[in-house]
Amino acid sequence: MRRAYFKFSWIAAALLAPQLLIIFVFFYWPSAQALYWAFTLEQPWGGGNTWVGLDNFRKVLSDPYYWGSVRVSVIYALATTVLAMSMALTLAIFVDRQLAGYKAYRVAIIWPYAVAAPAVGLAFQFVFNPGAGIFSYINTISPGWWDLSKYPWQAVTAIVIAGAWKQVAYSFVFFLAALQSIPRSLTEAAAMDGARPLRRMIDLQLPLLTPTFFFLLVINITDSFTDSFGIVDTLTGGGPFRATDLMVYKIYADGFRGFDYSGAAAQSIILMLLVMALTFVQFRYVEKRVHYT
Amino acid sequence: MIERTPILNIVTHVILIFGLILILVPIWLAFVGATLTLQEVNSAPIELWPGDQLFVNLREAWAISDFGQKFINTLIVATGVVLGKITLACITAFALVFFNFRGRMLIFWMIFITLMLPLEVRIVPTYAVAANALTPFQTIMDWTGISWLINAVSGVEVSLEWNLLNSYTGLILPLVATATGTFLYRQFFLTIPDELVEAARMDGAGPLRFLWDVLIPLSKTNIAALATIMFVYAWNQYLWPLLVVTDRANYGMVVVQLSDLVPDQLTTGGGTPTWHLAMAATLVVMLPPILIVILMQRWFVRGLINTDK
Repeated sequence: MRRAYFKFSWIAAALLAPQLLIIFVFFYWPSAQALYWAFTLEQPWGGGNTWVGLDNFRKVLSDPYYWGSVRVSVIYALATTVLAMSMALTLAIFVDRQLAGYKAYRVAIIWPYAVAAPAVGLAFQFVFNPGAGIFSYINTISPGWWDLSKYPWQAVTAIVIAGAWKQVAYSFVFFLAALQSIPRSLTEAAAMDGARPLRRMIDLQLPLLTPTFFFLLVINITDSFTDSFGIVDTLTGGGPFRATDLMVYKIYADGFRGFDYSGAAAQSIILMLLVMALTFVQFRYVEKRVHYT
Repeated sequence: MIERTPILNIVTHVILIFGLILILVPIWLAFVGATLTLQEVNSAPIELWPGDQLFVNLREAWAISDFGQKFINTLIVATGVVLGKITLACITAFALVFFNFRGRMLIFWMIFITLMLPLEVRIVPTYAVAANALTPFQTIMDWTGISWLINAVSGVEVSLEWNLLNSYTGLILPLVATATGTFLYRQFFLTIPDELVEAARMDGAGPLRFLWDVLIPLSKTNIAALATIMFVYAWNQYLWPLLVVTDRANYGMVVVQLSDLVPDQLTTGGGTPTWHLAMAATLVVMLPPILIVILMQRWFVRGLINTDK
């Protein structure tokens, strides 16, 4: 810890105040508000909220639509994470060989990070469109076979592919940085022992990537829970038959279209707990256990 | 280290090029879609090569979405988020690292926890706060009886109100209210040697002078990294502006405009879907952050790895 300090004074207080004020109003207060709503129910004719205990949660948890939403969220999270991370890892390992064109490859893989989620959703809706996009080829062969707005599995596949496409760049940046931080001496020692590049990838680089791998695993799953709204909204709108009604999307739909603040708040609390649990796993286990240095 | 691996090199290029094709194809198709006419874009075997309507479509998409005002709005919001975040992150981290006081760890953790829950997760109550940003204080005053006291003493009914809906402040503030960046700065400040602080104090510099004349010039790379990340983050916001702004003509942001261009029953009323315009608008909207990422690649990568979102 630091030995040389300035003495605490009104300056330090003034420097801390803005941030504390802003997180109080826009973070702690809303989170507390969500808790309050989750345990109360607004009276239909005004007159404030009455305490209902766990009723809101009971209602949410006994709603088959909610479980449908949980199911598709988990599928989406796992599928996008696996797809995006395996692709990012493969690309990073080969880009790291630094052959000719290395920099061009790197830029070309990184830029999708900058594309807004709804833009990704809209572009993929065009690509997957049964009437206009590349998938219209399928329909010229067997008419009516491909239609996102009719078949749930096709809609889920579409948001998974769009979501994975968007996530690749993030994982790639981290994998590449981790690969480049592997000391040259290790690589050279392995080469002296006769390990060819492929052998080094499997026995040297991949094991050394384990911490990065687990970090990205948690981050990607968390992101797919929270960051999917834009893609779903422009690509499928939650349909068909609620097949792509991901958790964040359902909270939005119930809260702002259905005006069911209590139900939406209960769902928010569950999602908050989920995200916090994942973050906790991240800090408690992943960061501590898997380190080689 | 010199190795000759001709076959592996070819395999490497093949794999990378295959990967690039997977990444580029969707955007290429969107680009091609933006260059066609309404009839061409809806004819069943889709064109794979661009047509000549790009600028016509861009102009029309720009006009129907009224992008001019919306680009200005988005720029204002993005700049506001970037400046707000950098300033807040810098001064908060400075106070946490260079001052010694009780409760420092408590404050550190209070700020740290905000990283756990992104805005999307607590969207409904945050929206309620935005409708009147002074609700927290009003409620606290009501509970503690201060409102009653003021009312009894002066006869003034306390009702605080500050509506943030349809305003730049409402778009910017909640996006600034997380700890991203504070930790980037904290890590950097922790690497500043004690000798530098002592030297500055010996020369008679107070904390603010030390911050302004020593730390800020040293943290230029930090600022660049954070600015890049935050610009992209703010530009691409969708859910928040979708809720907060109902007056799209004056406060709309470009990305939100895309939701109006989704060619479905609602927008075309059963007519031919205007994919060419939707794709042209998509290109326009995604271009600025892409340019920033490509031009500032070094800072962007550094910021991404260090901020931990």
